[in-house]
Amino acid sequence: MPVARPLSPHISIYRKQLTSVLSILHRMTGVVLALGLLLLVYFVVALAAGPECFAGFARLSRFWLGSLVWLGLAFSLSFHLANGVRHLFWDIGRGFELRQTARSGWTVVVISAAATLVVAWELFGGVR
Amino acid sequence: MSLRDPLARARGLGSGKDGVAHWWLQRLSAVLLLPLSIWFFWAAAPLLRADYADARTYFAQPLAAFLLIAFLLAAIYHAVLGLQVVIEDYVHGRALEVGLQIVVKLAAFMAALAVVYSLIRITLGA
Repeated sequence: MPVARPLSPHISIYRKQLTSVLSILHRMTGVVLALGLLLLVYFVVALAAGPECFAGFARLSRFWLGSLVWLGLAFSLSFHLANGVRHLFWDIGRGFELRQTARSGWTVVVISAAATLVVAWELFGGVR
Repeated sequence: MSLRDPLARARGLGSGKDGVAHWWLQRLSAVLLLPLSIWFFWAAAPLLRADYADARTYFAQPLAAFLLIAFLLAAIYHAVLGLQVVIEDYVHGRALEVGLQIVVKLAAFMAALAVVYSLIRITLGA
């Protein structure tokens, strides 16, 4: 059971750095993706249920707010995927040097930014 | 010679023998999700905005249906493991914490069933 006692300040006294920001982003994108799974279940169920039910999903999906949700999920998936690979390398004991964590961290940033831009172009830029 | 202190022995709470199972299954499902997520990102995700007929035709293909079932089941399982840790770490009221853990697992079970049932219907053209 939690005991009421003074805690020394921890998170708030540290300067933000790449490793810590990517670490918390990994959790946040993970939670976002879990919520996004509900949309995918809705898609599959609506697709099986028939055209009328699917029309409801399609209206949401193509609405501009729906496109923004897809964009957020595209970022979350590409980031969580790329950073997840980084975590798997750490799990086998590789890439722990500070310079390596910086390089792998920026690689993750570039990959997820590029993937998000491509999806943004698909969603908003291309003429349909 | 035991390293357990007398209080621990008295309470009878020792190793549950599955301390690393959660960690391992999270990594295994992550490795499985690497190729499946890339497939989903490039091949399947564009169908989310397609017409009913196009999406239905695409996922009626056996391989596409199989891959989508595999991706979604692996993702649901991976999400259950991840959400469990997030809830353990950040939700502090005991009742709320246990309640959320139960809701997540029941929702995941229902979602997995819905996905499998729906995609079987789609591939069979029902």
